[in-house]
Amino acid sequence: MLGFAIQRVLQALVVMLVMSLLVFVGVFAIGNPIDVLIAPDVTQEIRAQTIAQYGFDRPLYEQYAAFLGRVLHGDLGRSFVFNMPVTSLIFSRLPATLELTLAAVFFATVLGVPLGMYAGYRPDSAAARVIMAASVIGFSVPTFWIGLVLILTFAVTLGWLPAGGRGETATIFGVGWSFLTLDGLRHLILPALNLSLFKLALMTRLARAGTREVMLSDTVKFARAAGESEWTVLRQHVLRLISIPLVTVFGLELGSTLAFAVVTETIFSWPGLGKLIIDSISSLDRPVMVAYLMLVAFVFIMINFTMDLIYVGLDPRLRKARS
Amino acid sequence: MSAPGRPKREQVPLGGTARSAEGAPIRAPLLEVEDLATHFFTRAGIVKAVDGVSFTLHQGEVLGLVGESGSGKTVTGFSLLGLVDPPGRIVRGSIRFEGRELVGMAPDELRRMRGRRLAMVFQDPTTTLNPVLTIALQMRLAMAAHERLSAAALRARCIEVLTIVGMPDAARRLDAYPHQFSGGMRQRVAIAIALLHRPPLIVADEPTTALDVSIQAQILTEMKSLVGEIGTSLIWISHDLATVSSLADRIAVMYAGRIVEDGPTVAVLRNPRHPYTRGLLDSLPAHTRPGGELAQIRGTTPSLLNLPAGCPFAPRCDRADAACEIEPDIVSGAGRSTRCHHPLEVAA
Amino acid sequence: MKDSATPFARFSREFGENRIAVAALAVVVIIVLLAVFAPLVAPQDPYDLAKLTLRDARRPPGFIGAAGYVHWLGTDAQGRDMFSAILFGLKISLQISVSAGLIALTVGATLGAAAAFLGGRTEALIMRIIDLQLSFPAILLALVLAASLGQGKTQLAIALIAAQYAYFARTAHGAAVTERGKEYIEAALSVPLPTRTVVFRHILPNCLPPLIVVATVQIANAIALEATLSFLGLGLPPTEPSLGLLIANGFQYMLSGRYWISIYPGIALVALIVAVNLVGDQIRDQFNPRLKR
Repeated sequence: MLGFAIQRVLQALVVMLVMSLLVFVGVFAIGNPIDVLIAPDVTQEIRAQTIAQYGFDRPLYEQYAAFLGRVLHGDLGRSFVFNMPVTSLIFSRLPATLELTLAAVFFATVLGVPLGMYAGYRPDSAAARVIMAASVIGFSVPTFWIGLVLILTFAVTLGWLPAGGRGETATIFGVGWSFLTLDGLRHLILPALNLSLFKLALMTRLARAGTREVMLSDTVKFARAAGESEWTVLRQHVLRLISIPLVTVFGLELGSTLAFAVVTETIFSWPGLGKLIIDSISSLDRPVMVAYLMLVAFVFIMINFTMDLIYVGLDPRLRKARS
Repeated sequence: MSAPGRPKREQVPLGGTARSAEGAPIRAPLLEVEDLATHFFTRAGIVKAVDGVSFTLHQGEVLGLVGESGSGKTVTGFSLLGLVDPPGRIVRGSIRFEGRELVGMAPDELRRMRGRRLAMVFQDPTTTLNPVLTIALQMRLAMAAHERLSAAALRARCIEVLTIVGMPDAARRLDAYPHQFSGGMRQRVAIAIALLHRPPLIVADEPTTALDVSIQAQILTEMKSLVGEIGTSLIWISHDLATVSSLADRIAVMYAGRIVEDGPTVAVLRNPRHPYTRGLLDSLPAHTRPGGELAQIRGTTPSLLNLPAGCPFAPRCDRADAACEIEPDIVSGAGRSTRCHHPLEVAA
Repeated sequence: MKDSATPFARFSREFGENRIAVAALAVVVIIVLLAVFAPLVAPQDPYDLAKLTLRDARRPPGFIGAAGYVHWLGTDAQGRDMFSAILFGLKISLQISVSAGLIALTVGATLGAAAAFLGGRTEALIMRIIDLQLSFPAILLALVLAASLGQGKTQLAIALIAAQYAYFARTAHGAAVTERGKEYIEAALSVPLPTRTVVFRHILPNCLPPLIVVATVQIANAIALEATLSFLGLGLPPTEPSLGLLIANGFQYMLSGRYWISIYPGIALVALIVAVNLVGDQIRDQFNPRLKR
């Protein structure tokens, strides 16, 4: 077990390194970073000074080496646009994105799995057909368009919910969380729903397919033969058996959801990392781009790692192989 | 073929029904199936998997239900427990168990009987046991379906039944997962689960088919002594005449969804009356001289979608004639019955 | 039941049994035709800035414009007829997504099949890179690429191809690995046929079914991805708006009730994607051996 963990950590470091190199080269090699920092009409002296100060006149590999050196000290550079350390910039925006993503994932799972299980349990019912039709739409329609429709319906036409922004926050451990306030919740619902839709559709379809398969299996027949109630069958047998493929997709899509937060945050003006990265891309704020992409890579590796651990927990047959 | 090797002690089955000297029951039978028919309504047509099955089972009896694949024996078993999945359903007939009619019973009532009064053991223990749950948990679920027990009492009961089915070191192995057991052990667990509530009837659907031959013999022996000790009635479904013969009191032979012959084991095996039974017996390797050709029943099993009118065995039968174009009635006598226009003569 | 028909005929017949899939296919065909013939069907050329009248800007559906015809779907902020803009937008969206998808398929499939064939460390290395890329969300990759490369059709296509080829590569690799273990390949190699011939004439064609399945999913994804990128301002220049950009432009007017500028392009987009997905679903089911009756 320990060997496995160490192996994964080493792999993660390698990936991070490669990621950082690719991103650094990709971002810094295109265009001229100096143009973002200073106005075009400054004097040559100031220009030369700034270039030297930031080391842009150095060859790329030197810049990268310096960058790595700083990273190892925890310094991810300063944002060209905000003129503040990237680290604090990212951490200030992180809670908002985290909140949004977790809420979306929560919706997707808590709604998707039961809906899918029902559709798999009673596949020929009218409700099941409606659920499946809705799920096709759910994963076909682009996230940004659903967002628009949501805003149009709930904010503009019905006026029930706000069209954007993050509501009031309540502070725990020095961090503000908006789901703790009523106003915050009102602002959270639409974007979270928007972000969750794709994953919701996927989970529903998967849960349905899995449930159908398991319901026809001998395990369920045997359980029924023992007189176990349908509820017991669904909870103790079906749910546990479909968990494994569900968790796989859950993990894979978690990263995707995090990525799509970019779109949702833009539409709903949600002040999170997603919006930050879009703004940085438009303004070519390179340090932020590099840091964001490295962070995403790191999160992905962590997700994969956690998933591996969860698998072993869910499927006892895997434990045997390890020991 | 040896006679059933159960100890010849006096039969005092559950419920205390004694028998008269000839074996005729004094109390009502445990299970009475009359003209049971289960059809599957598929897109390709109606599959008449079970079409007019009748038999009786008394307390403490072992019935061997024998037939090829597709004969309807498994579906009969499922029908008894009400486990027929759509698009199949019981279309007619009656199943009277302990005096209560099971066909048309409310689903919840039926559920309460399953596991407690009638239990079933399936063919492949690898797929019947849930791979992600411990044995303990699976037994707990089966137990909790009908009875509330304290954790300690539950554990004690589980260890008890596991020991009865011959699992060594039951207390420790209770917390293991199915994949940590061999095939034979897994089947013993399944049987143990069936025994948890001491049901008066167990339906075993080819329980040894998926196991090694040596394990088969073991389990067979254990079932024999179990039945003898506890007095459970058993319906043993199999395609293998040989296995069934050593265990069953009575044999019922199925063909194309019907029972074509029914009677005490020794009598049926020594003097089969239905040509199909004769054919089955003749094709057993034990019946052939070493080096001789294995006998076969000519033709193939009919498709249950398009059964010919009249006797379904007629196309394969050497004794068939014009009379066989009409469905034969059941001819009974002396504890035996046959569905044939031209039953074989009983040898002296 | 005649079974002497060609595989394609059998496939089409089974396809025809699902009414929803047939309807979806009809929708796709109609949209594609409209898009291809957009210059002929559309009442206005939305790219010709000279033809636009600002006076006609932001008019609701049904409005009769300066040129004398009815704007069935209204006009946008520059006075463009929405119907025309949508048709041309569909044309561009389809052009880019389908061509990027096909190129990604070719590149990815060749890479995957080649990797399977080269074997050894080359194969391991290539597949490692592919797996790495697959574990990274496509949208982020496309985002960064589109941002770095700038606006324009080619750049956008490159971003889409880069984001998608990995799926094809992995599918092709999996299928090729299965094929290469089969005996007919052994036979072909022992003739000896050159590796290149074996890969292109024997292995790749047999990898087609799973690739087609992936392609249907990926084309729908490509359309959505392109629209998303355009929506975020990273795809095509404003002079040649794809559906995503049209929607983005109309976003600000939604709050003031001028929904048609965003909604109608959106409906067109959704109809296209849903239809492609439904057709893809049916094709996928038909290729799935486990569902064979």
